Amino acid sequence: MAAKGKIIWVSGPAVRADGMSDAKMYETVSVGNAKLIGEVIRLTGDTAFIQVYESTSGLKPGEPVIGTGNPLSVLLGPGIIGQIYDGIQRPLKDLAAKSGSFIGRGITTTPVDMTKKYKFKPLVKTGDEVKPGSVIGSVKETDLIDHSIMVPPDHPGGKITKIVSEGDYDLETELATTNESKIPIKMYHMWPVRKPRPYKSRYDPTVPLLTGQRVIDTFFPIAKGGTGSIPGAFGTGKTVTLHQIAKWADSQVVVYIGCGERGNEMTEVLVEFPHLKDPRTGKPLMDRTVLVANTSNMPVAAREASIYTGVTIAEYYRDMGKDVVLVADSTSRWAEALREMSGRLEEMPAEEGYPSYLASRLAEFYERAGRVRALGSPDRDGSVTLVGAVSPSGGDFTEPVTTHTMRFIKTFWALDAKLAYSRHYPSINWMNSYSGYLADIGKWWGDNVSKEWFELRSEAYGILQREDTLKEIVRLLGPEALPDEEKLILEVARMIKIGILQQNSFDDVDTYCSPQKQLKLLKLLVEFYRQGQKALKDGASLADIRAMPVIATLLKARMEIPDDQIAKLDQIETTIIDEFKRIGVKVTN
Amino acid sequence: MSTQGGVQYSKIAEIKGPLVVVDGVDSAAFDELVEIQTTGGEKRLGKVLEVGNGKAIVQVFEGTTGLSVSGTSAKFMGKVMEMPVSEEVLGRVFDGLGRPIDGLPDPIASKFLDINGEPMNPEQREYPRDFIQTGVSVIDGMLTLVRGQKLPIFSGSGMSHNILAAQIARQAAVVGTTDEFAVVFAAIGVQYSEAEYFKRSLEESGALKRSVLFLNLADDPAIERIITPRVALTVAEYLAYDLGMHVLVILTDMTNYAEALREISAAREEVPGRKGYPGYLYTDLSTIYERAGRLHGRKGSVTQMPILTMPSDDITHPIPDLTGYITEGQIVLGRDLFRQGVYPPVNILMSLSRIMKDGIGEGRTRADHQEVSNQNYDAYSRSQEVRALAGIVGKAGLTGVDLKYLEVGDSFEKDFLTQAVDENRTIEETLSLQWKVVSLLPKNELTKIKDKFIDQYYKER
Repeated sequence: MAAKGKIIWVSGPAVRADGMSDAKMYETVSVGNAKLIGEVIRLTGDTAFIQVYESTSGLKPGEPVIGTGNPLSVLLGPGIIGQIYDGIQRPLKDLAAKSGSFIGRGITTTPVDMTKKYKFKPLVKTGDEVKPGSVIGSVKETDLIDHSIMVPPDHPGGKITKIVSEGDYDLETELATTNESKIPIKMYHMWPVRKPRPYKSRYDPTVPLLTGQRVIDTFFPIAKGGTGSIPGAFGTGKTVTLHQIAKWADSQVVVYIGCGERGNEMTEVLVEFPHLKDPRTGKPLMDRTVLVANTSNMPVAAREASIYTGVTIAEYYRDMGKDVVLVADSTSRWAEALREMSGRLEEMPAEEGYPSYLASRLAEFYERAGRVRALGSPDRDGSVTLVGAVSPSGGDFTEPVTTHTMRFIKTFWALDAKLAYSRHYPSINWMNSYSGYLADIGKWWGDNVSKEWFELRSEAYGILQREDTLKEIVRLLGPEALPDEEKLILEVARMIKIGILQQNSFDDVDTYCSPQKQLKLLKLLVEFYRQGQKALKDGASLADIRAMPVIATLLKARMEIPDDQIAKLDQIETTIIDEFKRIGVKVTN
Repeated sequence: MSTQGGVQYSKIAEIKGPLVVVDGVDSAAFDELVEIQTTGGEKRLGKVLEVGNGKAIVQVFEGTTGLSVSGTSAKFMGKVMEMPVSEEVLGRVFDGLGRPIDGLPDPIASKFLDINGEPMNPEQREYPRDFIQTGVSVIDGMLTLVRGQKLPIFSGSGMSHNILAAQIARQAAVVGTTDEFAVVFAAIGVQYSEAEYFKRSLEESGALKRSVLFLNLADDPAIERIITPRVALTVAEYLAYDLGMHVLVILTDMTNYAEALREISAAREEVPGRKGYPGYLYTDLSTIYERAGRLHGRKGSVTQMPILTMPSDDITHPIPDLTGYITEGQIVLGRDLFRQGVYPPVNILMSLSRIMKDGIGEGRTRADHQEVSNQNYDAYSRSQEVRALAGIVGKAGLTGVDLKYLEVGDSFEKDFLTQAVDENRTIEETLSLQWKVVSLLPKNELTKIKDKFIDQYYKER
């Protein structure tokens, strides 16, 4: 039975109510006369501590609190794709229809249009045995998404006793029934956000998630089903990098969570994505994207929930056998929401005021990533890749959120303010970043793109590492202290930085780089280096090499040569060879 | 501000710092406006920070000096704090709580608005795209300001941030339009002379009658500073969304605002975050900065230019740090340039305008704008490295190209960055200066610019 209590205390998003002995932990409750949405986060005797997902301005002691009996849950069914939700899955479009340009309070809506009809194609027939998670049919959600209708994981399944024939149905229609449960199967079901969705088994992530970003794909790749983190001070380009991943990652579904960030950034995604075409399918990117927006000035408790709302939606599409990328900007704001509620609960703080359970909450979140075999039949393999931004205070990577995050992720893209100040974007520092997936993914590149990949990457990375040590010497003694071979290393490292590592997200050509083009550019630069060292040995002067006209062409190739004209890169290779010949050195291949 | 009605209580349990704890309260709401009356009959305003178990914790805006436990009473007004607004506020001067201080009568209100506003629905935002020409080359060329943007100036004590902000307020215009504009200026704990400079500057340019001023000066009550930016933004939103004006809001100095917030947090004995500032400083600041923007179906816009002085010029201090995470870029003033007498002393390498890319380009400014600006960044950044190197090995140790970069650095600062306080450059002039700077380099060094633009604009020197 639902709890019915009264407010006894209000401070910001935190409310205490008594008469709540029937309430359960993490139950959602309706708070006050305005019927604000809240969640029980602590129970002491018959007093409940509630975090409220809406502004509590004007709330008074004495007003009622009524339990719903259910934990905070999301609705999972067709109609989610293309939406923009707040932190607790209310469509922002519907909120606007009810309260105008500014977000009002106490508004209830349904997450998707329950009356919209979808063409349902049954895939099982009466008498078939289904298990929890089994697919019973499918609907076309968008041009890009075939949406599987599955037996909910908490439904026992059984023998199908009835199933509708192919046709148009809305979300409330009872599509099928089984002999083991009275509960009919509909096009949607509810799932509590704080509970990971179950699966049959898990695999190692070995296939790269290609993002079209050279520094990521070539140098610090992430795997499908893997975890990555982008920490960086403000202005280092976290958001742009995340937008790039959301735009160009080769996944079927993208969940983008704006957690305590800027309003205009969400607007930008909303304005831009419908016009951008997926490079693989040619369809608008919005047809595969879901946005969860809880901007910095929206209530802080809903910010805490938004991460879970997003990851539950991601797991749902994973269960259909799809590759899903979830991008969370920024996990630091989520951690701050935890800190704020913890402070109001008067819990003993750990480092910098964060609660002692910060690390375990982060671990739980990142553990929801993975490549899995879904429950039920037919066999489906899907993945959830989690990428979280971290906004360390003062750009200091030793602060709690960054250090704890590093323990639970495998790819680390460290953004660097110095690089950003010199407009080296993306400002991913190649010395501080790492990828734990390199060995597995190297095998994929070898099998699918080129056997040379691993060697070329290692050689290019070696040049960057050598440069890093040589720079120290230059700083102390000036460049003339170095022999020509080492000066060439500095020169080529500069070329790798400009020609490969830097990428202009706002340039139509450069914004996305295919794996083939990435490999080719890498090859050209390594080739240049090899030829250069040889030329020096044969007596050529460094000044002659520096003056080669092909360098400018090589460095602009990323912007000037689109993916469909890759053959032009072969011409550059020929020019490199010719020009080395011209500076008086016989080149042998 | 109207102060009728409400429930009165006279049991004051405690007074500490800016807070008053009222006892025996049976009907008060969170955030409710409170009127405190002293034994002498003086009235002060406050609001409820926490209520429950018969107690209400009230934050008193004008400070608690002179209040006593006995004799003081608190009246709960049954509403949140509101600002009366109408077109008549234009040309007026108010105190930090929104009460007129120019000797004229209260403006007749056409509406009373909650000063806290409500969060803008991101789905209803119109993405900012209109280029604002400020006439200041470094901003128009490399840190473009766009209508509806929030772009702060990060400065240090004594630097020329106010002069720059005033120049922008005087010169800002969207080329080729005649839309109505307004300036809302909120002084938050600044010195009289600074506020006066601003007022005079607006007066001389004839913009004062299109402006609204809110003044909380250095000797005004510190806790009032929590309210000042909020009343200012409430007026700005009214002018923008009800009357369709394009409003530039200047908030100076946000450091004083954050300090007032810290004072309240300390009085409430909250667990502090970094440097004693409350853990919710980020969220609190966002409720101010996020009030910039544009909305679907409404004509006006709110553009914010908050100014803050970085304590010890430290950009990693919590105030600039958290501000930078919320605002759409930052204009950072550099102590070195300021010492050399460069005006405006903008350190472009540390500065950024996030939505510049959407306000420039073909049809807005010029197709080559982004690329020539990128090349200027790159070249200036390289010139700084070369300068440092020249400091070690001397000019003689530099290669030919490096020497060119030294020239670029000098030309950038002298020809492009430096300009007079009353000099209003067009975007064409600004772009031409940017090309002049990078044309000191040989063409093959221009790796950020497409060949077609080089062919069109490169100036043989």
